[in-house]
Amino acid sequence: MYDAPLRNANVEALNTKIAAKDVQVYYGDTHAIKDVSVNLLDNTVTAFIGPSGCGKSTFLRCLNRMNDTIDICRVEGLISLDDEDIYDKRVDPVQLRAKVGMVFQKPNPFPKSIYDNVAYGPKIHGMAKSKAELDEIVEKALRRAAIWNEVKDRLHAPGTGLSGGQQQRLCIARAIATEPEVLLMDEPCSALDPIATAQVEELIDELRTNYSVVIVTHSMQQAARVSQKTAFFHLGNLVEYGETSQIFTNPVDPRTESYITGRIG
Amino acid sequence: MSDATHTGGGQRRTSLTVADARTKRRNATEKRFRIYGLSAICAGMFFLVVLMSAILTNGLGAFQQTFIEVPVYLDPAKLDKQGGRDPEQLAKVSTFGYAPLVQNGLFQLVSDAGIETPYDSAKDMKALISASAAAQVRDWTLKNPDRIGDTVSFDILASSRVDGYLKGRVSRDGITQDKNIDAGHLDLVDALRTQGALHKGFNWDFVLGADASESRAEQAGLGVSMLGSLFMMLVVLFLALPIGVAASIYLEEFAPTNWFTDFIEVNISNLAAVPSIVFGILGLAVFIQFVHLPQSAPIVGGLTLTLMTLPTIVISTRAALKAVPPSIRNAALGVGASKMQSVFHHVLPLAMPGILTGTIIGLAQALGETAPLLLIGMVGYIATNYPDGVISGFMSPNSAMPAQIYEWAKRADPAYYERAWGGIIVLLVFLLVMNVLAVLLRRKFERRW
Repeated sequence: MYDAPLRNANVEALNTKIAAKDVQVYYGDTHAIKDVSVNLLDNTVTAFIGPSGCGKSTFLRCLNRMNDTIDICRVEGLISLDDEDIYDKRVDPVQLRAKVGMVFQKPNPFPKSIYDNVAYGPKIHGMAKSKAELDEIVEKALRRAAIWNEVKDRLHAPGTGLSGGQQQRLCIARAIATEPEVLLMDEPCSALDPIATAQVEELIDELRTNYSVVIVTHSMQQAARVSQKTAFFHLGNLVEYGETSQIFTNPVDPRTESYITGRIG
Repeated sequence: MSDATHTGGGQRRTSLTVADARTKRRNATEKRFRIYGLSAICAGMFFLVVLMSAILTNGLGAFQQTFIEVPVYLDPAKLDKQGGRDPEQLAKVSTFGYAPLVQNGLFQLVSDAGIETPYDSAKDMKALISASAAAQVRDWTLKNPDRIGDTVSFDILASSRVDGYLKGRVSRDGITQDKNIDAGHLDLVDALRTQGALHKGFNWDFVLGADASESRAEQAGLGVSMLGSLFMMLVVLFLALPIGVAASIYLEEFAPTNWFTDFIEVNISNLAAVPSIVFGILGLAVFIQFVHLPQSAPIVGGLTLTLMTLPTIVISTRAALKAVPPSIRNAALGVGASKMQSVFHHVLPLAMPGILTGTIIGLAQALGETAPLLLIGMVGYIATNYPDGVISGFMSPNSAMPAQIYEWAKRADPAYYERAWGGIIVLLVFLLVMNVLAVLLRRKFERRW
């Protein structure tokens, strides 16, 4: 494995939040993820990059067991969150997803009010005992998602009426309202314009203080801007994993170099 | 690219203002297609207009009925021989005791008006009045025994022949072979009409009343079979909706895709295409012969129609669930909602308009269904009494609107033919109301995402 020496070389004080070891994912007969081992750190933004169909989104969806919803998908290997195997039989994926939040590629607010969008997660997890407490959670989440000022006067307007960038930040607010420990983002900016993208990126950087953030992105500039660690996937393999600055300036693997310089992808 | 510019430069330049042959051909094809479409719609509209006008011209007559205002002398010597006005004694006098009084009343009316007739006895005039008149007078008298001895004016149904004569259905030429009425009667009808004793009025009995025997077409009504339809629809609604929706939610959201669910899916689609008469014979075999539920009862009809409606509801509900974007499910799962929460909090509300529309369409289909009812005995001269209560509504023999229409259409008296058309109007009004309801509910629940 190319990443093994790099990981050892990177001795930082940060803890490993998610550890994956020899992960294999199969869609029916297709072997989508091959032997992926990676340690994702706490309070760090990790970017997954790679050409389309390389398995980065698939791997991301393994981390909160969203792949369970696909019948033909099979996951092997070990993925642990804080040293607990998340594919253990005793683990309820619903509980796991409360700890590992997810933001999707396309903004997908519920066709309900802005308030209800954010309050839904805390409500079903019983996080608020009173209306006032719930209001507080909603406001906090919206503030942290940097959208509070834009929506505070119309909390009861439908979330679907917001612009694309606002919707995505609303979805981020919804994801962080349940106080997850890890936030997975699957190309969160691919449907946004540059201004909204900049806002979301700024937000991702802020979220790092509280969460471990994993972001899948097609934009290498974005990966370079927001992440501390970068993992490069190619044809289902994790080709290289290391410090973002190192991956973009001095990649070890020739495939990484080809991708970054635009020769494959 | 440079290649493109080269070939582009080599092409013959054409003006944009002149359409080339290919464009002309394509435009002509489009024009032809539009004409086909437009003519198809026109043909459809034409048939709709023909259908509606046929139904209305044939059926509207059923809502009007001819009445004769007859003063009836409630003769105490006949009705209350003991003279005590004792309800039990009064009830002993059957309609046979009342019929002569009504006939005498009419005879009196005719002679008082000075109309010349070839008839010298009251009995000869009974062809003018409905056989139901005696029962009408009897019912009234039993409720008002203190009026015995008075002469009371009753609005009595004219017989179906007289009614038909006024509506133009019965002509003088047509009755030469008719033993129920002759030309003299028609002269009398004309005379009574000029006198003002004969009038047409809205026929509440037709909308609210019970079915009547073959010889009393003028009295027959749709009310009881309407109740039969109502009780059947209640059964269908309370069985087919929950079962259908639960089955579709399970199949669409929870069931794994394997050969077994595929098999179920294929079978549901096939069931939707099974002729309704097959469900009828199934209902007969299972609910009546095996479970021994009462024959001709709306509960059996409801159960049979439930079987028939289920596939429709399942298919439309599944389509509605499928139309909810998967991103909504992902969003719910992503914040840690369970599968069930994601379905019931998010997917189902969004699918609601589709589910409701499907259900109402299914109900409307069941409301108009006749064939299965024939096999479980809901057709015939059975919708004669109002049910005593809710339980009796489900369990006692009754008919349903379409079965009643079918029953009327096969009876001999042409007055029943008119009533069959009238029944169709009522049925169509119900279907229209249900469809409007479907549209309104759809509008109300519709949300954008």
